[in-house]
Amino acid sequence: MNGWLGQVSALLWKDLLTELRTRELLGGMALFAFLVLLTFNFAFDLRIDNVGSVAPGILWVAFSFAGILGLGRSFVQEKDRGAMDGLLVAPVDRAAIYLAKFLGNLFFMLVVEAIALPVFTMFFNFGIATPALALVIFLGTAGFAAVGTLFAAMAANTRARDVMLPLLVFPICVPVIIASVAATSLVIDGGTLTNHLGWLEMLAAFDLIFGILCFVVFEFVVEE
Amino acid sequence: MNVRTLPLPKERQETRGGTLDWLDWLLAAVCAIGFVVALYAAFVYAPTEAVQGDVQRIFYFHVSLAWLAYLAFFVVFLGSVVYLWKRSEWWDTVARCSAEIGVVLTTLVLITGSLWGRPIWGTWWTWDARLTTTLILWAIYVVYLMLRAYSSDRMRGARYGAILGIIGFADVPIVQMSVVWWRTLHPQPVIEEGALPPQMLIAFMISLVVFTVFYVFLMRVRVRIEWLKEEIAQLQESEG
Repeated sequence: MNGWLGQVSALLWKDLLTELRTRELLGGMALFAFLVLLTFNFAFDLRIDNVGSVAPGILWVAFSFAGILGLGRSFVQEKDRGAMDGLLVAPVDRAAIYLAKFLGNLFFMLVVEAIALPVFTMFFNFGIATPALALVIFLGTAGFAAVGTLFAAMAANTRARDVMLPLLVFPICVPVIIASVAATSLVIDGGTLTNHLGWLEMLAAFDLIFGILCFVVFEFVVEE
Repeated sequence: MNVRTLPLPKERQETRGGTLDWLDWLLAAVCAIGFVVALYAAFVYAPTEAVQGDVQRIFYFHVSLAWLAYLAFFVVFLGSVVYLWKRSEWWDTVARCSAEIGVVLTTLVLITGSLWGRPIWGTWWTWDARLTTTLILWAIYVVYLMLRAYSSDRMRGARYGAILGIIGFADVPIVQMSVVWWRTLHPQPVIEEGALPPQMLIAFMISLVVFTVFYVFLMRVRVRIEWLKEEIAQLQESEG
């Protein structure tokens, strides 16, 4: 078991190190999230009296769009440089590859969200950072990344892969978006924890079910 | 790994050169007569609904189509699981054909529902739980068909399709639950509760049975066409 976890951490470290050296992903994702927020500002003419009602939706659109950008790179960069074959030939468990990629994607998305949230607060003068919100964001992002990592591996091997990835991820992640936005609204409205417990449970259930399911079927994606 | 080098499976040898067999003709005849009976049952035999009037008669087709759409997507799920387990090309073809028919059925469900909603709710569309779930279901399986079309390799497409067939089907109850919590307006099911007058129930059952036979007929013909296409491709390859 230690060996298996060792494989996961080695693969994860490889991705983090690649990002540290190339800086291809995080900057782009964060800037894109910022531009989405900027676009919404013009689209809705955000002011202090209406920002509260649209903030949850805007945040989650920015998070998920930036997430898609990162997910798309996670397998494409392996494939473009022929590293995927090396990974598959290496004596590494396929499930370990999935877990490492999932953790990497989750990490990149959380970093981008941690940057985007203060930027949102600053530009729209709307402070919403609470521990409850952190939990909502973590659970929502985990579900999105679990499904997204599996589909990113699939999309990397299809024609029109940049088109395929969002088409695969968004319909399946509808429950994540609904539950995350609803829970975020409740946090903003200052509801108690019991108020959004139902949504948090749904997010946790989605994470658990699809985390396990994607983990199990991943080996079928990369068998060849 | 190339599918063309595999030997012909047994199921295919039986269909070699085949077009429609006697069972297909029988099913086609049952459908042709059945649809006339179903139309008669829906428009003449069943009583006019007290509140909604004649508009309600679309119910017999709308609900039958919806049940069959779910059946079709369940078959996609089943075919996907069996394909990943047994690697049977036949099950993969069944899954893909069922997804195509399911998308057509779901499209019809959305259209008939829209036609029904306009006079009763006063709107073509509303973001009610059941409607939203059906729309997302439709989107998932349209993407399934796109994924199949965009996969360059036959075997890879089959595997990816099977994975989406499983994930997509597992997603449906959660989508349903999340949008129910979100909001709801659609009438609750009346069939299980026995609230439907017997004549309406009979008209509905006729419609459901006829559409089911029609689905089976479509599946048989569609799977046959796929086999013939594969066969032609194989022959072309062996010719050079």
